Amino acid sequence: MVQGLQMLLVLAIAPLLTGFVRWVKARMLRRRGASPLQPYRDLLRLVRKEVVLAESASWLFRVAPYLVFTAIWVAAALIPTFATGLLFSWSADMIAIVALLGTARFFLALAGMDVGTSFGGLGSSREMMIASVAEPAMLMAVFTLSLLAGSTQLSAVANFMLDQSVGLRISLGLVLVALLIVSIAENARIPVDNPSTHLELTMVHEAMVLEYSGRHLAMIEAAAFLKLVLYASLIACVFAPWGMAAAGDGFFAYLVGTGVYLLKLAVAGVLLAAFETSIAKMRVFRVPEFLGAALMLGLLGTLLLFVTRSV
Amino acid sequence: MHGLAFDIAHLLSGGLVLISLMLLYQVRLYSLINVFAAHAVVLGLAVAWQAFVQSAPHLYVTALIALLFKGVVIPVVLYRMVQRLGIHRQIETVVGVGLTMLCGIGLVALSIMVMLPITEAADVLTREDLAFALSVVLLGLLLMVSRRNAVGQVVGFMSLENGLILAAAGAKGMPLVVEISVAFSVLIALIVIGIFLFRIRERFDTVDVHVLDGFRGEQP
Repeated sequence: MVQGLQMLLVLAIAPLLTGFVRWVKARMLRRRGASPLQPYRDLLRLVRKEVVLAESASWLFRVAPYLVFTAIWVAAALIPTFATGLLFSWSADMIAIVALLGTARFFLALAGMDVGTSFGGLGSSREMMIASVAEPAMLMAVFTLSLLAGSTQLSAVANFMLDQSVGLRISLGLVLVALLIVSIAENARIPVDNPSTHLELTMVHEAMVLEYSGRHLAMIEAAAFLKLVLYASLIACVFAPWGMAAAGDGFFAYLVGTGVYLLKLAVAGVLLAAFETSIAKMRVFRVPEFLGAALMLGLLGTLLLFVTRSV
Repeated sequence: MHGLAFDIAHLLSGGLVLISLMLLYQVRLYSLINVFAAHAVVLGLAVAWQAFVQSAPHLYVTALIALLFKGVVIPVVLYRMVQRLGIHRQIETVVGVGLTMLCGIGLVALSIMVMLPITEAADVLTREDLAFALSVVLLGLLLMVSRRNAVGQVVGFMSLENGLILAAAGAKGMPLVVEISVAFSVLIALIVIGIFLFRIRERFDTVDVHVLDGFRGEQP
């Protein structure tokens, strides 16, 4: 029951988080900004519109949005948000989540190339260039965490972090920075990609989905919103697991857990907006270096952990 | 010895290794010098923590010297030098940043692999300090190898010396006289290097050391 509630919660809250980030960003730039509820209206409008398909589009083009959305929704629903020890916690494995995200990206890149326009191919190749560094970096971070916690299950990791015996670990700090860099790159946020332009020189994610319209586009947009929630709750679950309800707690504990979770997401949104307004977009060819730093941090975290282990 | 004291020592010396890698990542001279100053500050903190843990008051002096000379004096002098040489544009690295970073990670792994087995009998703190110190030294060497610009090489040399101080602080027993004389010899080295840099510039109109190869008659 709680697992089902959580699945619905992440789905319901995803557009709100993106809208909230946009609103905070607009406020920081001293604009009025659209209401945080705007993404819901956008989705509704897109669903109502008819789909325009390119003549050269194959069945893959039509199936891909649903595949992408499902994979990301499953991954987002697996992450413990307001409670640990849920029904599917045994499958909430960090490597499985990375694999689900990889699947979603694979289909999106395929769909980008399917129609055969130059923009789609360009976006797909750039996305893959970023992914080829971001995914190992994410996996290194996952390995470091699971070495430390002794498990790749997110529930177990969160419980381990709640324990006081963790102590002061530099590896954790390195992993946190690595995960932050990866999540910025994966969500196409500013130093890597600009989510709010259609400028051909800079866009990565937008170029891939340029051919989509109507309900297909709504699916892809919803998947992008969910991905932001996914990374925010992943980082919150691992590095700030306070206030999560344990298995078998009462109704009140779940309520508190939900409130704390919403608070965490809001803090993450404000921090992301502040970071994005304070930095400029980097050149595409500088991105692998930026992500390479994340990979290096993950590696270094593992190495330093190895030193602590062996002495 | 396990517990918080060890964790903080681990944090600080691990941070030193991290900043050494950050030095490799920098492509602009000013940011290189800034990161180098941070390197010295973290070194000072690490040595001060060692002094506290080992209750060895003379190490506080070492920490203070590191903070004052390497954290303030040398970066300011280097800043001035870069300004007067007019070379605050990009550094040309010999190989790409990504490859250098990979080499750096390899060196860190190597020094941990080498140091941990051979110091089996030593104290816990000493062991990890020695492992990290060796990797800082190797990373300093790598920085010197990977830069063509003479100022970058000077920073590599200084960060290498920071690694030596970390090793000495962990090994319990570098006398204060040695420490002070080392600090002063580094300062003297800085002055000599400074004079040399201006000489090189006067002669060749650049501080790119590859020009020297051509002058010696080798193929550039």
